[in-house]
Amino acid sequence: MTSSEALVRVEGLRKLFPLNAGFLRAPTSFIHAVDGLDFAIAPGESLGLVGESGSGKTTTGKLLVRLLDITAGHVFMQFDGQVLDVARLQRSDSKTFRRKVQMIFQDPYESLNPRRTIFDTIAEPLQVQNIGNVLDQQERVAELLNLVGLSPPSTYLFRFPHELSGGQRQRVAIARALVINPAFVIADEPTSMLDVSIRTSIMQLMQNLGTQLGVTYLYITHDLAVARYMSTRLAVMYLGKIVEMGATEEVLQRPQHPYTKALLSAVPVPDPRWTRTPVEIKGGISKPIDPVPRCRFYDRCPLAAKVCEDNDHPPLEDKGSEHYVACYRV
Amino acid sequence: MSETILRVENLTMHYTTRAGIVSAVDDVSFTLDEGESLGLVGESGCGKTSVANSLLKLLADNAVIKGGQIRFKGTDFVPLSEEEMRPYRWRNISMVFQAAMNSLNPVYRVGDQIIEALETHLGLYSHAQARQRVTELFTMVGLDPALMDQYPHEYSGGMRQRAVIAMALSCNPDLVIADEPTTALDVIVQDALLRQLKTLQEMIGMSMIYISHDIAVIAEVSDRIGVMYAGKLVELASADEIFHHPVHPYTVALMSAFPSVTGPKRELQTLAGEPPNLLYPPSGCRFHPRCPFATEICRQQEPEFKDHGGGHYAACWHPQEVTV
Amino acid sequence: MATEERHNPFATAQPAGDGTTLDQQERERLRAQPLWRVRLKLLAGTLWNNWKLFTENKIGLIGLAIILFYAGLALAHPLLMGRVWDPLIYDPVIGFDPLAAPHPAPPSAQHWLGTDPLGRDVLSQLMFSTASEFILGMVAALITVTIGTSIGALAAYFGGWIDTFFMRLADLVITLPAIVLLIVLGGLFTLDLPLLALVIGILSGFGATTVIIKSQALTIKVRTYVEAAWVAGGSHWHIILRHIIPNLLPLTFLYMMFTVTDAIFAEAILSYFGLLNIRMSWGLMIHTTQSAGYLLNFQTWWLIVPPGLSITLLCAAFYLVGRALDEVVNPRLRKR
Ligand SMILES: Nc1ncnc2c1ncn2[C@@H]1O[C@H](COP(=O)(O)OP(=O)(O)OP(=O)(O)O)[C@@H](O)[C@H]1O
Ligand SMILES: Nc1ncnc2c1ncn2[C@@H]1O[C@H](COP(=O)(O)OP(=O)(O)OP(=O)(O)O)[C@@H](O)[C@H]1O
Ligand code: SF4
Ligand code: SF4
Ligand SMILES: [Mg+2]
Ligand SMILES: [Mg+2]
Repeated sequence: MTSSEALVRVEGLRKLFPLNAGFLRAPTSFIHAVDGLDFAIAPGESLGLVGESGSGKTTTGKLLVRLLDITAGHVFMQFDGQVLDVARLQRSDSKTFRRKVQMIFQDPYESLNPRRTIFDTIAEPLQVQNIGNVLDQQERVAELLNLVGLSPPSTYLFRFPHELSGGQRQRVAIARALVINPAFVIADEPTSMLDVSIRTSIMQLMQNLGTQLGVTYLYITHDLAVARYMSTRLAVMYLGKIVEMGATEEVLQRPQHPYTKALLSAVPVPDPRWTRTPVEIKGGISKPIDPVPRCRFYDRCPLAAKVCEDNDHPPLEDKGSEHYVACYRV
Repeated sequence: MSETILRVENLTMHYTTRAGIVSAVDDVSFTLDEGESLGLVGESGCGKTSVANSLLKLLADNAVIKGGQIRFKGTDFVPLSEEEMRPYRWRNISMVFQAAMNSLNPVYRVGDQIIEALETHLGLYSHAQARQRVTELFTMVGLDPALMDQYPHEYSGGMRQRAVIAMALSCNPDLVIADEPTTALDVIVQDALLRQLKTLQEMIGMSMIYISHDIAVIAEVSDRIGVMYAGKLVELASADEIFHHPVHPYTVALMSAFPSVTGPKRELQTLAGEPPNLLYPPSGCRFHPRCPFATEICRQQEPEFKDHGGGHYAACWHPQEVTV
Repeated sequence: MATEERHNPFATAQPAGDGTTLDQQERERLRAQPLWRVRLKLLAGTLWNNWKLFTENKIGLIGLAIILFYAGLALAHPLLMGRVWDPLIYDPVIGFDPLAAPHPAPPSAQHWLGTDPLGRDVLSQLMFSTASEFILGMVAALITVTIGTSIGALAAYFGGWIDTFFMRLADLVITLPAIVLLIVLGGLFTLDLPLLALVIGILSGFGATTVIIKSQALTIKVRTYVEAAWVAGGSHWHIILRHIIPNLLPLTFLYMMFTVTDAIFAEAILSYFGLLNIRMSWGLMIHTTQSAGYLLNFQTWWLIVPPGLSITLLCAAFYLVGRALDEVVNPRLRKR
């Protein structure tokens, strides 16, 4: 894809969290939560972001909606021909930004204010951005409730979150994200707290709405099976770096990076007749605190060699048909 | 066939709450053989943890066992007092509690906590022997014995979970009940743990009840599988039967709602509606409000939990004939 | 895996979501009810639910009954003065009953609680004072929670120097012995009731209440719904006013009850030392008794028991109501 047609283009995105910083004391070390990401998302596509716990997926999502300040790098977003640099957002641009970019959070029990009604929750973007009068807002919210399958809307409009089940709450959260017709939605594990049978209906709902309303998604998950259904392209993260990226089916069918291979072989298969090939890497979550300049995966990699230790982290290279891999040995 | 060590018959357990009675376990029956592993699956709130806690009678104080029998090697647990139950816990049956990785005491070394468990329940170890035993246990679950003298916060989630499993195995129990032991872990750690559990189980020859809401995990570890819905066991059969010839519509739904990474990508099926509130369980078959095959009889009469051939039990008026 | 060939019984079980259009019926249903009326109903519903929870707790009800009893006394006093009682005899400050002498006179049909050493009716004094106790308590409490909530919310939300400044200030205020400070102030200036309410309100507002409310606000600030509000485009003020403060209100209300207790108690002590410029109060009644030398005289119990008991009862009542409210707002304290 050429960069001019991308909806979101991320260049060298970094986020460091200081450790041991105190009052008047400079931090002694940093967590490199997101350490130099480059990717682009075309309009209408959905990019899946997978990786184990602590790899920096949520941090990436929060950087893209500016819930966190960007340490270094650029995030360009293009809406109706207008290009915004999210890292350096002007006051005048921030209005467009807030209208076009929304986020859906992981935990539907936490992301809805228990003291606000469903109407207030969903209408919040309209209220704070002064869109429409109260009656318009009510109708818009009712439409959205219809859309996410909470109908008839009048029976849900003035309930409180505790009067809804987990699946219904997540539908409300989706409705809130879509109420101002955003172009780009970041979904941070929207189904991981839900039961399997509810999970599928939420996944389908998001997919249908995506095509129906022309929404572009960044879909964050640690579940490869979910990513497969929700994304057209897939990026695999490991300790703040993207280690593999490409078309979803391509990455899942022909994984090349040793980490992606391990991840795939570790996914349990719902079939007792199936025996998996054992995973080759050691378990355990590492933290990217002041990483040494070598391949991030070196400690756990079954293919690790001298070249991986002597050089800095390998660059993300195209290994053919837009399948990017960051590894010296593929 | 090997000996049956646990036989649960018509177990019924209620919670009394401010709003009324929650029938969390209703008329559940199953058996467990020596060396066998039984998986329990079902959505959140269907009563999996409640069944597990009832087996050891480790119940919340608003819980009452209303009826049924829990026969462990011939002894019925239900009429036993707290005092009489104690010797069975840990020594015969041990449990890995849900969210157990947060249950280690943060102010004691992990090794010492296991030693304490050994001393209270077996009581015949010298300190050197106890440390020897802990070393064995750590090796068994794939932890470096050198970690024994560290505190829980110095462990990662996966390591803590292993330590809890080591603790559960410490007294060589005949049966281990593991309640969602890997739910909080990522797939690579989960994989390592599941393998370890399976190897251990074969090695020591213990039985296991494995609880999870994730059918893929259940498929990996279980010989037989029980499917629970709204406080009831709705289907019970060998793992292969459950996955390839499910009989109960709920099981069928659960199977097709699950996305997979391997194999061709297929359309996901959804099941409309939500699990019922157990304060007001539906009449007749509890699944009827969501079941596409429900008829008048389903709404009025509870289906019997009966054998559909070859030890494949299910409770449904209109059993499905599905082959996968 | 070959699951895709499975006969699929659920193909029809699709989730709803038929389109964006609302049908006419729904639209009318929306218009039929203006938003403010819905909100009013919701508020009433919430209050009713909380009231039901509150009534489950006997302790809270006892407290409330005591408060209502005293409120009744306060309201009845002006009525009695106008119609039943002769102001010359029964006025709480300047009344005098020559027929009941010698004073203090024990309870009788004319003076249910007897008279004080200056010949004034004790019951009248007691009832007259009640209103001031309520006003003092309420005003102090309102000032406290207004300060505590706004400072607490701001300090928690913005952090930085605002937080540091107000927390150091709170540390300072907490270490000051409030009663001693009030006594000193009372010696230096003429403290009257509104001024006392203000001082107590400020002391407890900038002190412990702020610290407690701030720590609660900190737990609210990090909730995901606050992040969601930010992503929706909400300003700092929107988040503080619509998300943080509403979630602080229950706690705020609770601390109001405790401040009332403190204020009544402080008034009693100051009046007892004669440091308060006030016409009549329970503390002043004890002060009068003491300066006339009747304080430890058990024969003249009617001088000391009514005001003493009233102070204890009313303080206890607000405290009990606070405890009961605590159970309503903190569900984990609730019994099953
Ligand atoms: N506010 C913060 N301050 C300090 N460190 C943080 C902060 N937020 C995240 N981190 C660290 O940054 C790293 C990446 O965290 P992040 O939440 O992005 O991971 P994730 O991929 O979303 O993981 P999960 O799957 O567990 O949600 C972790 O090591 C985490 O500890
Ligand atoms: N102490 C209790 N008092 C009242 N109700 C309870 C209590 N414990 C559990 N319940 C209710 O009993 C039902 C079964 O709960 P249980 O914990 O056994 O479910 P579960 O299948 O283990 O769910 P999960 O997958 O979420 O752990 C639920 O509806 C729950 O709300
Ligand atoms: S660069 Fe080397 S260490 Fe890194 S993933 Fe590739 S083979 Fe492994
Ligand atoms: S008994 Fe009836 S309602 Fe219940 S699962 Fe069977 S067909 Fe469905
Ligand atoms: Mg995350
Ligand atoms: Mg459970």
